[in-house]
Formats: sequence, structure tokens, C-alpha cells
Amino acid sequence: MTAGNISVSETPLVLYTLRRADDALILGHRLSEWCGHAPMLEEDMALANMGLDLLGQARELYSYAAKVEGRDNDEDKFAYLRDVRQYRNLLLLEQPNGDFARTMVRQFFYAAFADLYWRVMMRSTDATLAAIAAKSEKESAYHLRHSSEWIVRLGDGTEESHRRAQEAIDLLWAFTGEMFEVDDSERGLIDAGIAVDPAPLRAQWMKRITGVVAEATLTLPNNGWMQQGGRSGRHSEHLGHLLSELQSMPRTFPGATW
Amino acid sequence: MYTQAMDTMAREAKGQVQAVKSAEEQAREAAFEARIDAGEFIEAKDWMPEHYRKTLVRQISQHAHSEIVGMLPEGNWVTRAPTLKRKAILLAKVQDEGGHGLYLYAAAETLGVSRDELLDALHSGRAKYSSIFNYPTLTWADIGVIGWLVDGAAIMNQVPLCRCSFGPYARAIVRVCKEESFHQRQGFDALNVMMTQGTPEQRAMVQDAVDRWWWPSLMMFGPPDGESVHGAQSARWGIKRISNDELRQKFVDATAEQAKVLGVTLPDPLLKWNAGRGHHDFGPIDWDEFWRVVGGHGPCNTERLAARVKAWDDGAWVRDAALAYAARQATREQAA
Repeated sequence: MTAGNISVSETPLVLYTLRRADDALILGHRLSEWCGHAPMLEEDMALANMGLDLLGQARELYSYAAKVEGRDNDEDKFAYLRDVRQYRNLLLLEQPNGDFARTMVRQFFYAAFADLYWRVMMRSTDATLAAIAAKSEKESAYHLRHSSEWIVRLGDGTEESHRRAQEAIDLLWAFTGEMFEVDDSERGLIDAGIAVDPAPLRAQWMKRITGVVAEATLTLPNNGWMQQGGRSGRHSEHLGHLLSELQSMPRTFPGATW
Repeated sequence: MYTQAMDTMAREAKGQVQAVKSAEEQAREAAFEARIDAGEFIEAKDWMPEHYRKTLVRQISQHAHSEIVGMLPEGNWVTRAPTLKRKAILLAKVQDEGGHGLYLYAAAETLGVSRDELLDALHSGRAKYSSIFNYPTLTWADIGVIGWLVDGAAIMNQVPLCRCSFGPYARAIVRVCKEESFHQRQGFDALNVMMTQGTPEQRAMVQDAVDRWWWPSLMMFGPPDGESVHGAQSARWGIKRISNDELRQKFVDATAEQAKVLGVTLPDPLLKWNAGRGHHDFGPIDWDEFWRVVGGHGPCNTERLAARVKAWDDGAWVRDAALAYAARQATREQAA
């Protein structure tokens, strides 16, 4: 084995599964960066706990993608031997942690979506994806509760926490539209009942986040312009740095068993 | 981990004048000692001599501080673990350590000190944590070796504390020990894979990590018994039940065998089995290094403490927000 990039046969189901796996891995990785540096010990544990949930989701999804692809790729090759252009995660999830407010807003935007999304995916005609959805939904529900509580505390806390939370919302808002997009590759899976169409979930997502944001005395931007590109491998500059750290061992020691 | 508090306290206690005790106080102390002799647990609300309380606060808080500072050298590899499985194991382990910190701080709080006070002592440098964490984790093999040797030494130190006379600490230690044993097995397993299935480069990486961590691990048991004045009192109170040297010997005996299974060489030319003693003999420990690192001059003392202080300072606005929100909520509930 070399330390170079693997090639992937991105059939619609493989691509679909890798996209969700990459979402979970990249956000989980970001959360794990907090390890030992959180504002309080309880949050060190909560962030690690959520990171572990996501890492677990990623592993199951990668393993399933490998099975569906039917070549010699596996969870580690998918995670460690694809470069930025081969990663398929949402741009939102690769955004740097920033301060605690930014991490919580990122978590909140995504968990509010993931919770809805996985719940509907539990009815997927693909039994493996339905089972992964059932587990992920339970975890997302907790992530949503945890991050919602923090949005309210920060927004309705002190002047400084309010300012930081609002800045985080304003900064990350443009990355939320991508969650609801569908391309041709996914359209076929949606028609077959394997995947679900996220677009109709948008109204419910808006309702959920609007409620929490209002309780937090914060506001959502009116700005409708949205970033996109993650699903086709056009990422922000941040992802390359994340991957260079994540992948450093297998790239340095090709073929080693750990 | 980490009974170092009782050893360093011995040095600090020298020269302190003992106050004269009243007859009443002597009677209470006698009753207290009798309970300990009878093997009873002392609980948070029970009367206890001030020095017992102080020793326990020092011991438990140092143990808690060690857990949270210990998250840093291992956290250093969470983002670079070589497989997703190893990443999950490591992140779960570091999370366990945070958990140990939490319930140890809670045990210390039963003695009348707040977590904030204890953290302030850590951040200002008044309180210590285990010196082992002042060494850097340079390669992935260090993570396995910390599990095998450092957690292994911690378990040796802590198992006797499950019978510590102070109930809240003893109960916390039972749980800590269970999780530490799990961590030790995981560390050993990680090294074993590298040694048996790895490349020559990986095996060299393991040997290098063993070479760097072996002596600091032996130092974790504290100075030789003859130099540990404080040990005697702690032993009498059942806070510390087995001496530093006995524990260290037990650790060397167990580890020497495990090293053979792994196929690594422990970096001590004098290490050999002594059939007459029924133990391994081993070479002299560099106690100057131990005291130097305890005193602040280890490779990572400055950055470990700075990282903790930075996390605390950077998080101040978050904690302030949570408090402000809670206060506002309480006011609202009263008004409603």
C-alpha cells in the first residue's frame, strides 16, 4: 500500500454514504480538537462524548460504503487516504472551532438538521442505512438539546456572550443552505426510497432554530446567499489543514498496521 | 493516579511546630484513631483531625488535577491517531480521565473546598499534579506506553487506596481503578500490534517510547521509603497503605514479565531476577531528576500549566454567561 490517494467508485449509493460519513468524521474531529481545552470540565466531557458519537457514525457509514463499493477500500482508507477534493462533507462542518459560541452554533445548526434528517431516514428502504439512522437520530437529539441550551445561555447570558453568539450565527449562516441541497446523484436514491429529500425539512428546521434563537434573544440574518461546494469536493481552505493533521500517520507510514 | 502529594508534603511539613492539644481534642482524636484501627470508613460529615482533612484535600485534589492535566499529553494525539478505531479508543480514554477528574473534585468538595478554589491552587502553581505529565508525547507509541506503564503504575498506586479510610475517596477510587485497568490493557494491545504486526520502524518507535517513559514511570511511586517522613502518618490513617518502595517493586516485577511478552527491552542494564529475594533487582533512580521536575523544571511544566490556565481564562466568559443566565432564570421563576 502506498500513502497516495485511493480511488473510489462513486456510484450514487457509495457517494451518498461517503457524504454522510465525511460529515460525521469532520465534525467529530473538530469537536475532538477541544479535548482538554474546554471552558469547564463538564464541557470537555460533553464535547468528547459528542465527538465519539459522530466518530461512531462515521465508522459505520464508511464500513457500509466499503461494502457497497465492493473493492478493497475500508473505513481507514476512506478517512486517511482521500484528499480535500475527494472529501464530500458539508462546508459548515469543516469550519474551525473558533470560540465556544462558534462551536455551539455550528453544532446547533447541524444537529437541528441531523435530528430531523435521521428521523426520516429511519424509514429508508435500505436496512443498513435505516439502522444507522435510528442510532444517529438518538445521538443527534442529545446534541440538539445540549447545543440549544447553550445557545439560550449564551444569547441570554452576558453582553459579551450575546455578542459572540450573534457573531457566530452571522458567520455560519451562509453555510446552512447546503444541508438542504440535492443533486442528480441523490435524486435517484430519493425516488427509490433509499434516501430522503432534505428540502421539505427546511421549514421544520427553520421553525426549530427560530424558536431557540428567539428565546436566546438573538436574531437570524436576512441574508439568503448561501455557500456551497462541499458535496462535490470544493471546500474551504480549512479542510486541507484538518486533513493534514488527521492523515499524518498513515501518510507518513504507508502500509503500517496500528 | 498519583499519590505524590503525600511525599512532597513531607518535605514541606519539616520544621512546622506542632500546637499543644487540649484534653478534649486528644479524646476526639483517640476515638477517631480507634475507628480507623477498626477498619471503619470516615465519612464527610464525621469529625476528623485537621491534618487528616488537609492531607486528604491535598491528595484528592492532586489526583484530580493529575487527571485533567493528564488529558493534555494524550489529547496531543487525539487528532492524529493512526486509525479510526485507535482514535475512538483514545478519545474515550481521555473522556474517562475528565470523568475521573469530575468525581474526584466532587469527593474533595465533601471536605469543604470548592472546585474553583482547587483549580485556583492549580493555576497559581500552589497545587501540584503528577510530574509524569511534564514529559512530552513525541510519537504515537507514547500513547501506548502511557497506557501500559503510566496507567499501570497508577493502578499499582491506587488499588490499595480502594481501602482508604475516607469513604468518598475510596469509592471514587474503585471506579477509577476499573477504568484504568481497561486503559492499561488497551495501551498494551496498541503496543502489541505494533510489535507483532508492525514494521521495523514501528518496533523502533515502541522501544524509543519505552526508553523515555520507563524511569519517569518508576518515579511515579515517589521517593524511597527512608526519605518519606510523611508516609508513616498516612499509613496509620489508612490513606496510604503500602509503601512507595513496595509498590515500585511490585510494578517492576509485573512489568519486567510484560516487557518480555511485548519483546521490548527495559532500559536498565541492572534489571535482573533475584531468586534469593523472589524479586527483580533494578538500577538506581535519578531522584535529582524527580525533584527537578516536581520543582518546575521538566520538559513541559510550563506549557502544561499554561494550557490549563488558558483554557480556564478563555472559558471565563462562557462560565459567566451560564451563571448570569441561571441567575436571571431564578429571578423569572420567583416572579412567576
